[in-house]
This record gives sequence, structure tokens and C-alpha cells, in this order.
Amino acid sequence: MADDDIILADLSDDELVLQMHDDLYDGLKEEIEEGVGILLARGWTPYHVLTKALVAGMTIVGADFRDGILFVPEVLLAANAMKGGMAILKPLLIATGAPRMGKMVIGTVKGDIHDIGKNLVAMMMEGAGFEVVDLGINNAVEKYLEALEREGADILGMSALLTTTMPYMKVVIDSLKEKGLRENYIVLVGGAPLNEEFGRAIGADAYCRDAAVAVETAKSFIARKHNALSA
Amino acid sequence: MSDALSRLLATRPWLMADGATGTNLFNMGLASGDAPEMWNADQPDKIRTLYRLAVDAGSDIFLTNSFGGNASRLKLHNAQSRVHELNRLAAALGREVADAAGRPVVVAGSIGPTGDIFAPMGTLTHDLAVEMFHEQAEGLKAGGADVLWVETISAPEEFKAAAEAALLAGMPWCGTMSFDTAGRTMMGVTSAQLAALVEKLPNPPIAFGANCGVGASDLMRTLLGFVAAGTERPIIAKGNAGIPKYHEGHIHYDGTPELMAEYAVLARDAGARIIGGCCGTMPEHLKAMRAALETRPPGPRPTVEDIAAHLGGYSSASDGTGDDEGPTRERRGRRRG
Repeated sequence: MADDDIILADLSDDELVLQMHDDLYDGLKEEIEEGVGILLARGWTPYHVLTKALVAGMTIVGADFRDGILFVPEVLLAANAMKGGMAILKPLLIATGAPRMGKMVIGTVKGDIHDIGKNLVAMMMEGAGFEVVDLGINNAVEKYLEALEREGADILGMSALLTTTMPYMKVVIDSLKEKGLRENYIVLVGGAPLNEEFGRAIGADAYCRDAAVAVETAKSFIARKHNALSA
Repeated sequence: MSDALSRLLATRPWLMADGATGTNLFNMGLASGDAPEMWNADQPDKIRTLYRLAVDAGSDIFLTNSFGGNASRLKLHNAQSRVHELNRLAAALGREVADAAGRPVVVAGSIGPTGDIFAPMGTLTHDLAVEMFHEQAEGLKAGGADVLWVETISAPEEFKAAAEAALLAGMPWCGTMSFDTAGRTMMGVTSAQLAALVEKLPNPPIAFGANCGVGASDLMRTLLGFVAAGTERPIIAKGNAGIPKYHEGHIHYDGTPELMAEYAVLARDAGARIIGGCCGTMPEHLKAMRAALETRPPGPRPTVEDIAAHLGGYSSASDGTGDDEGPTRERRGRRRG
């Protein structure tokens, strides 16, 4: 295909950013890595590359996943391309003291051995630039609390696939409340049998229907937190 | 036509499969977090009871307690070395119950997904998936399963791998996918795509269809999709008993026996030959389904509107089949493809 001959370095900044959005959409890891390198060489700050090129591109992917245009395989490829770009940016972001996207501790609750949905959320959160600490399956309340503390996390994500294990999410949230820690974390819950009503009933900040919604919700809560801190 | 399922299909217009495994086992005291497959060795009487509940409620086919019995799932319980044993026991207990039923009952060896994601994003490869499914299939075969029953699959690659495993084990098989994401599987497969996929396999299944997913209405729409694809192959419908609802501290599936009876008749009229339930489907649901299938005369094929009127609305406007292929994005798209 002649169109494959796009020379990224020949594009203007605006065109390159749009092309990177497309390349993310198509899951082209090497092209994303090249694009990140070009923008950095042109003097872009790592934080601008992250937000304008990568996060903005993944937002389109997330919206189309939500709307049933893209499905999991395409989204995973996009997240993989994003990760390629992130690997270059991460040390630079730290070195330049750029604002962090946020850190999430995620795990399936005690008694539940299902993990594919939780794994997808973890991959897409990483794809969106968050740091993710995955605790795996069958997590007791102590394990969540210990990891939140140790990692200095911003977000707690809990997943359950069984109607018998969903109520355990409330146990974890209640423990956070008892210890006076609830306000320190954004608590997101998800899993096939859950719904918004359940999320509210147990005192989570939000129920997330799928991985794309989880990413969007996490971003909006983190933005609110930053606004509150700077106010 | 040497297998028990094909023989039954040849003599009957419809067959009733079973309902929930997990929901029933939890009621018998399975602690959440434990692998149900361990009970094949540790609590064989409870597994016999589970199977008998389905047979006594009128099921012609029941699935063995081996859904998570592949090496990848059992590894979560450090039991990956017990694949053959646990599957053999699951089928052998089933054989016992079926042979004592006093009528032909099919023992279907349940094979669920590995839970792994295929490469390049995940770790699963075709060869690895075939190897795991084949190991499980040999155990089920050794225990005396009549057919293999591959269920709740979402990736076409995994479906193909399970088919290959059935071929290697020399076993007839059935296969269903779970259509839970806007009428598609999690990996984006539509009902029409599954109908096309099964015909391309070197060893097509005896029957194929849908299980689990999002409530009875969505599952019925998926059935209509199979029928519209023009398949001649028997279709399987195994829908959940409604949708789980949180109510005053308890969670229960909102599908009543009456609703599931309605669903069973609609599924038959839509063209399904094998009709059963999935999560939340208890013996009382099965009894109501069996009674309705036996007493209510066949009717015309329901439309999507009929289904919504009887069973409730759909979880998404489109299911990605037919004229309405759902939303698309206009884009530059200069590289993909």
C-alpha cells in the first residue's frame, strides 16, 4: 500500500499527532515509539507528548470500545502500542517532575477466581498511562489495605464475577472507613453481575461497566482530585 | 450417528439441557474461591446430587462439573497436575447417574475457557490451548462422557483449539460462545460469525449455540442471528435465569420459573433444538421449562419485538448482524489492513 510510506518525520507537529492517534487506533507500536521520539526531539515536553499524542489517542480508542465499534482484541493492540510509547516517556516524566496520571491497586475479591475482566482493566489502565499494581485473584481485605499503603496508590479497583463474592467489596470499603482511610482512595468496582445501584449501595465511588469506562472514570476522578488540591 | 446425543436428536424435536452448576454448588456449601472440580474427588455424593437434580427436573443432557478443569484454571489452585483425574471423575460420576436414569440421558463433558488471552497481547498460543483442551478431553473421555461440551468461549481462536482437541481425542462435541458485549462475544464475535466459523472446521460440532451472556432476551436475539445465517446444524440455547439483582443485602437472579418457561418455548419456536439454562437456573426453573416445552404447541418464529414483549428489552440496540451493523468510525485509516 502506497499509503504505508508515510514518513513521520516529514509531518508537521499537528499532522504527526493526528497520525499518532491513528497509529494508536491501529495498534502500531513501532510507529508510536518513532512518533514519541520525533516529538521529543522537536522539544516537546514528555508530559505534552503523553497527554496530546498518547492519552488523547487512547481516548478515541476507549470511546469506540464503549460504543461497540472496537472490541477487546483491537483495544489490547492499541494498549500495547501505547505501552511502547510509555516505556520511552516514563523515565523522562519522572525526571521532569511531570504530574503523575495516578496509581491503581487492582484485584479480584476474596472467594473469586475470575480474572479476565480484571486483567483487561489493568491492561487498559496501563495503556492510558496509569501505574497498575495487580494483586491477582482471591484477595482478602488485608491484602488490599497493605498494597494501597505500600504503593501510595490513588485508586483501588475491585472485581468480582460471582453473586456470592460481590458483597465482599463492601467488606473492604467498610474496613477503609473504619480505619479512616476511605477518603484517601478512589474506589472503583466492576464485574459482570454488578451494576450502578450496587456500586452506590456498597459505598464505592463508581461502578465501571467495562475497561474503557474504568479508564474514563479514573481519569475524571483523578482530575477532580488535582483540582481540589490546587484550589 | 453412533453417539448418544445424535441418536436422541434424531428421535426428538427438542432436547432439554441442564441449568446452573455454580449456583447449585454454592447452595450445597461450596465455599466461594474453591475450585468446584475438587469436589469430584472430595465430595462425590454432592456431585451425584447435582447431576440428579438436573435429571430429575427433566434434563435430557447434563454437563459435567469440569468447566474450570483445564491446566490453566486448575493452576490457580495448584492442581494443574490433576487435570486428567478430576475430569475423569467428573464424567464417571455423570455416567453413573445417567445410566441409572431409566431413560436416555447424555453426559456432556464441560470444557470452559482457559481464561488466558491469546498472543501477542496474552500468553496463550494455539498449540498450548490445544494441548490443554486435549488433556481435559482425554480425562472426560476416560470417565465415559458421551460428548464434549465446549462453553462460554469468547475468542474464535480458543473455539478452534477446542475443536482440534476434540478431533485428537476422537470425541463428538458441541460448542457455545457467550455473547455478552453488545450482542457479540467479548472478543467481538457476532452470531453470524460463529455460524460461519463452525462450518469451516474440519470436525464441525454436532450442535452449536450460545450460553450465559446477558439475560434471556439477548440470548434469544443471538439465536435469531444463527437462524438468519441459514445454519442447518442443531442450535443450542442456554441462557441465564435473568440478570442478577442486588436486593436488601442479597443477590438473586431475577428470572422466575415462569419467565424461563416462556424463554424455553420461545427458544424452541425460534429454532433451537437443545434448550437449557445457565447461571441462576435451578431445578424449579428446569421443571417449568420442561412442562412448557411438553405442553405448549409449537408457534411461529418470534420476532425481536415478540421477544422483548415476552422477556424484556435488550442490553444494546444492535448485535452487529444483518443490515444494521452498528456504529462505525470515519477515519484516516491509512495503515491498517
